[in-house]
Amino acid sequence: MPLQSLDIVRRSATTLPSPEVRGAHTGQVAKLIDTTKCIGCKACQVACMEWNDLRDAIGSCTGHYDNPPDLSENSWTLMRFTEYENPKGDLEWLIRKDGCMHCADPGCLNACPSPGAIVQYANGIVDFQEENCIGCGYCITGCPFDVPRISKQDKKAYKCTLCSDRVAVGLEPACVKSCPTGAIVFGTKEDMTQHAEERIVDLKSRGFEQAGLYDPAGVGGTHVMYVLHHADQPMLYSGLPDKPRISPTVSLWKGITKPLALFAIVATAAVGFLHYIGVGPNETDERDEDAARRELEKTP
Amino acid sequence: MSLQPADRIERYRAPVRITHWIVAISFVLVAVSGLALFHPAMFWLTNLFGGGPWTRILHPFIGCFMAAAFALLGVRFWRDNAMQQSDWMWLRKFNDVANNREQNLPEVGRYNGGQKLLFFVIIVCLTCLFLSGIAIWRQYFSEYFAVDLVRFGSLLHAFFGIVLICAIVVHIYAAIWVKGSIRAMTRGWVTPGWAWKHHRAWFREVTKGIQQR
Ligand code: SF4
Ligand code: SF4
Repeated sequence: MPLQSLDIVRRSATTLPSPEVRGAHTGQVAKLIDTTKCIGCKACQVACMEWNDLRDAIGSCTGHYDNPPDLSENSWTLMRFTEYENPKGDLEWLIRKDGCMHCADPGCLNACPSPGAIVQYANGIVDFQEENCIGCGYCITGCPFDVPRISKQDKKAYKCTLCSDRVAVGLEPACVKSCPTGAIVFGTKEDMTQHAEERIVDLKSRGFEQAGLYDPAGVGGTHVMYVLHHADQPMLYSGLPDKPRISPTVSLWKGITKPLALFAIVATAAVGFLHYIGVGPNETDERDEDAARRELEKTP
Repeated sequence: MSLQPADRIERYRAPVRITHWIVAISFVLVAVSGLALFHPAMFWLTNLFGGGPWTRILHPFIGCFMAAAFALLGVRFWRDNAMQQSDWMWLRKFNDVANNREQNLPEVGRYNGGQKLLFFVIIVCLTCLFLSGIAIWRQYFSEYFAVDLVRFGSLLHAFFGIVLICAIVVHIYAAIWVKGSIRAMTRGWVTPGWAWKHHRAWFREVTKGIQQR
């Protein structure tokens, strides 16, 4: 499994296939975040900044528990807290660890115009390669989860790497390592799905009828999945999209528009060329000059 | 307006010519850098601008510069580009236009129907490119727009960029096709025969009351 993290199977803005022979035959990876076990301690946030050597600016309290208030180039993961009053009138504290979902069909990668600035490894991890990034922000436009952030400092895009560097050498991501309740687990996607099913059975037996797995099919599934108590209403969890997918506008822009546009330009030029060869230029000759002269002579 | 030494009619004065070529050069730069960011097959064109990040930085500034320079031309050309009945007739006789049969066409003023149409296509494209370009200009403005608007802006920007490029290809071809046009924009003058043939109403207007030689 380790070398999967070096095998790039998809590259942004690349028209030919990437090396694909070495696949993830032992299964792709996934991180499972069990929101029902999360206590909001933010140990994962700390582990993330430690492992990745990130230090966000110290902000000020914005009146809720989210700290920092949003993802940034220096905060690749973030606990989002929601106070939800359920129909029984009880308060539920829904805490979701936000960050890149590592989509199987990543909107960011589809939108990126710079070859190799965004790659997908055989194991499913979506990674930004900042040295190829031009800072256009198209990845932000393409992402259905509002994840990538452009650094004010170097104008490059950053997001969670799923600790591709750790995974490459057989370690689990830093956040997984640090979680004191075991709310974050890491393994093959298959194992994680199975583990989630057991959790869901357990939750249902405890009265969470709508408990379920969040692995949205609209983006081909994700390599970061959630167990939710209210899988029927993902929006409750600080706006986790209900049915995320790459926006049709983005698909249009990055899909058919590209070949059509090239065709239109080449066709226009070709029509001109054929016209010149077929009909020929429109020249002014002596007869026209004579006609003009005659006309001038008769003007008083 | 007067006849220049013997056989020349002035068509574009120096300030207009200079502005036109400023617009033209910025157009080439903005189109090439835009295409580089639009299609992976053309990403290599970013090398002409010093690499991907430089292309990303320069493109919007060149675009704004071009739009501003064109605005100067637009103001000058506006009056002469009002569509008239005869222009629509001219456009309908497309077949005669394409086959160089001037004799079948209505008399043309300073600009013909095609030129006027192009003028308005450029204005529409530049306006839409400018507005959508602001929304997708990540470094300064995108954060003020909802992501769906940025997505729509990206699509519009690509669409109008392509329309404009095609329109300019037509414009350039027309200049190659109708001999004498390029000289009008480089040297500023045309021959009386050229004016008589292609823009007869304008020819009459500028030569009114002028006795040649
Ligand atoms: S969540 Fe966004 S940034 Fe992460 S892989 Fe999906 S599209 Fe890309
Ligand atoms: S900003 Fe995002 S879309 Fe643009 S080059 Fe960098 S990674 Fe690609």
